[in-house]
Amino acid sequence: MYTQSFSVPDNAGQKSARTPSTENPELMAAFDARIDADGRIEPQDWMPEAYRKTLVRQISQHAHSEIVGMLPEGNWISRAPSLKRKAILIAKVQDEGGHGLYLYSAAETLGTSRDQMLEGLHSGKAKYSSIFNYPTLNWADVGVIGWLVDGAAIMNQIPLCRCSYGPYARAMVRVCKEESFHQRQGYEALLVMMQGTEAQRAMVQDAVNRLWWKCLAMFGPPDADSPNSAQGMRWGIKRISNDDLRQKFIDATVPQAKVLGVTLPDPDLKWNEARQHHDYGQIDWQEFWDTVEGNGPCNKERLSTRVKAHNEGQWVRDAALAHARKQQQRAHKEAA
Amino acid sequence: MNTPALKEWPLWEIFVRSKQGLEHKHCGSLHAADAAQALHMARDVYTRRQEGVSIWVLPSAAITASNPDDKGELFDPAADKIYRHPTFYEIPEEVGHM
Repeated sequence: MYTQSFSVPDNAGQKSARTPSTENPELMAAFDARIDADGRIEPQDWMPEAYRKTLVRQISQHAHSEIVGMLPEGNWISRAPSLKRKAILIAKVQDEGGHGLYLYSAAETLGTSRDQMLEGLHSGKAKYSSIFNYPTLNWADVGVIGWLVDGAAIMNQIPLCRCSYGPYARAMVRVCKEESFHQRQGYEALLVMMQGTEAQRAMVQDAVNRLWWKCLAMFGPPDADSPNSAQGMRWGIKRISNDDLRQKFIDATVPQAKVLGVTLPDPDLKWNEARQHHDYGQIDWQEFWDTVEGNGPCNKERLSTRVKAHNEGQWVRDAALAHARKQQQRAHKEAA
Repeated sequence: MNTPALKEWPLWEIFVRSKQGLEHKHCGSLHAADAAQALHMARDVYTRRQEGVSIWVLPSAAITASNPDDKGELFDPAADKIYRHPTFYEIPEEVGHM
């Protein structure tokens, strides 16, 4: 399960016309007071339009990430090295699909529809986590996705369990419960590979080298370049800043890499005694934004696979509705 | 009798009984064409780890909910009726548990 700890503007590039706040000051004050008291907002409660919009964007991007996230791993189901690994991978991919559904439902409580969200994803207008726009080249990538990508996602998602919007927070609690197996299975798969041949160990190192920096970018731009973060924090949607989460992830991962026996590909990565944290090198934000904008190595492939699957499933959705209608008509006739 | 021509599958609310002896609890919602499909999908979406022994599905449109604006009117009157709680009454120690 995967979220990018930021909500990128879906219409990056376009200037959004800022409408002056026309919210009722009394309702606004009551809303602010509830947020300040660490209260929760539920679907029927009054909320400022900007809060609603931010949540719809963030939750739907989060849902899209789950759904697109099924693709790179799904590609490996038929090539998993054993029946055991295949069963594990199927279960994980199925979980990601479930997580997408929990999140779409949470977003729908805000007044958007499933069709609207899917249309946003399929037209390329809506964003999803940039990490899935990179290829999974060897079996070790599947392990590294579990260990690092899911690991980074868990760091992001745990604070979201305390999000001020009730349905989002509840979806996150369910997701986090299911998620920890994802990280552990990935790490364990890598441990097994590291006990294998020289070539297998090299595969693990290669996958780590390719994905490490992409995982660090998953936490979103540095706090200084993340103007929406402060508002998200104010509203209790975001609880911990991008840089703090990133630091937490690095500090947690370094000892895990050591046990695994791999090197993290950053010459500047070292323990800073004074800060009691690891220092680390520069993230390539240009590459990150290029990928978010649609120019990563797999953006087109992922989107077209997703659209194709959706279109090819159209007859199933139509048939199910036609069947339901027929059953209903038959019931009416019998009752008459 | 006309049934509305739907484009999207309607929304269902899902309730799961986690074990025999406990109540069904709301756990989320999903889209499905009809009740049978909703049950089937609820099994896949909400009970992948033996979270339930029984499922209810209910069309979301069938729920009538109280209005948040009426919260005060509906629920505040109970706030000053502390005599409805057992702790309101003082009973001599020697009586023991009551």
